[in-house]
Amino acid sequence: MDRPTAFALVDCNNFYASCERAFDPSLRGRPVVVLSNNDGCIIARSDEAKALGIEMGTPYYQVKGKLKAHGVVVFSSNYALYGDLSNRVMGTLAYAAPAVETYSIDEAFLGLDCTQADPQFARSVQRLVGQWTHIPVSIGIAPTKTLSKVANRFAKRRKRCRGVFRLPEEELDAWLDRVEVRDIWGIGPAYTRLLHKNRVYTAKQLRELDDRWVRRHMTIVGLRTVWELRGISCIPLDRAKAAKANIMCSRSFGEPVTEKADLREAVATFASRVAEKLRAQQSVAGALYVFVTTKRFGPGPHYRNHATVTLPVPTAYTPTLVREALRGLDGIWKAGIRYKKAGVMVQDVTPAAQVQGDLFASAGQAQDASLMAVMDAVNATYGRGTLALASTGTKRKDWHRKEGHRSPRYTTRWDELAEVRA
Amino acid sequence: MEMPARWPSRLTPPLFLCRVEAGFPSPADDHLDRELDLTEHVVRRPSATFFTRVAGASMRGAGIHDGDLLVVDSSLTPRDGDVVIAVLHGDLTVKRYRTRRGRVWLEAAHPDYPPIEVRDEDATVWGVVTHSLRYHRKR
Repeated sequence: MDRPTAFALVDCNNFYASCERAFDPSLRGRPVVVLSNNDGCIIARSDEAKALGIEMGTPYYQVKGKLKAHGVVVFSSNYALYGDLSNRVMGTLAYAAPAVETYSIDEAFLGLDCTQADPQFARSVQRLVGQWTHIPVSIGIAPTKTLSKVANRFAKRRKRCRGVFRLPEEELDAWLDRVEVRDIWGIGPAYTRLLHKNRVYTAKQLRELDDRWVRRHMTIVGLRTVWELRGISCIPLDRAKAAKANIMCSRSFGEPVTEKADLREAVATFASRVAEKLRAQQSVAGALYVFVTTKRFGPGPHYRNHATVTLPVPTAYTPTLVREALRGLDGIWKAGIRYKKAGVMVQDVTPAAQVQGDLFASAGQAQDASLMAVMDAVNATYGRGTLALASTGTKRKDWHRKEGHRSPRYTTRWDELAEVRA
Repeated sequence: MEMPARWPSRLTPPLFLCRVEAGFPSPADDHLDRELDLTEHVVRRPSATFFTRVAGASMRGAGIHDGDLLVVDSSLTPRDGDVVIAVLHGDLTVKRYRTRRGRVWLEAAHPDYPPIEVRDEDATVWGVVTHSLRYHRKR
């Protein structure tokens, strides 16, 4: 389907909270929140928790008492579970509709033909995903991707829609008049400021702007958004998942790290993980960024620093990435400091197929690639970290992540399966 | 057909196992089968199939014992006589699904547990049990 008649945006409702509910029906109707890594702040809320006025991003310690008083059920994030259920939702969508673009862990665009571009079809998709995966979804339908995002907002917010809404093309103006520019897909804070300065507040006003003005002040990207708001599809369905431009792995340490050897182990582990992710998407990186930081507040000393290392040849080879990451760390390490967090990010990511050789690079790249293939295969079969470089440490540890309220990994661990009562 | 997107297939394309000599290849190469894959056998719809663990004795009469592993397919619509996972009082429970004169009952397979009639709100079917797996050696 090269030119769909319409698009649907399928969005999982309160995804992380819904994942927790899928295997624990006693949570239905009760307020549920999910915390970020290390139980830092609130990153997901069920409708009941939203109704209690619990805001997204609130630090957990600030609302601990309030949560308890209202009987809110608190979970540490369980990414193994969320990732698995996300795959299931996407798999179910692929069964229901031929053209699916996975947009994020809990959102997908569908390309619809003329027989599918109606609320009835969306309703059947909603029912199917609910039955197969136990995850509730909302679906917005419209002639363009940008408008389908708008439609989805209405599907979610208007009770009587029951999670499905098609933007009526005849009354587009009336609907878009109720949408603020900052809520439009592709309009970030900078464009919002620009538009407000020019007295453009709603989607309706935005679509009526002069093309030349938009082109001058918001580039071709902004013009695309404006045309999409007019119902002209400019952003096609991207079925091949775009390779990520930056890949990062970082952790806050449960206990501050003070020994250089420990910090080196952590950084080597993060670099290995990043290398694995790179290879999984058949990409290589041209540069690497290492950072370390202490707590920002409280008793000192406070310290944060980072180093960027350029790689002679773009690569996804674990030993090279680990070596360079450690070299970067050596440059920013300071003794006598309690490190709270460290991370490795790769930049300048390109498809592996496009890499040009370097006269001075090692000649063993084919062997390197096959060694990494073996390493990835072993780790996929026997669990992450089975084969690893010695520099990542020989004791298995998850960098002492705090996850006091994690639910079982129902779908990815044999010893954590959901119990059914007989 | 649903694409088996979730589990990477363990199957590799059949190769010639014998060296191809000038002359005759092994006649067995023509009959080379794939390795049997239990997952492929019990999981028809990966996106909708879940594994669960049984706790309790009320389904003994149906051959389902404490500690058994159940394969549950949530894409199936329950029919009279199916073993299902139902949501009951906030729990996931294993029961036999029964329809009688337009009414739905959940039955245990044990004389000590009376059947429960299902009215719309208080119970929903979470999935249909397609297989059970038990470890038969003493631990």
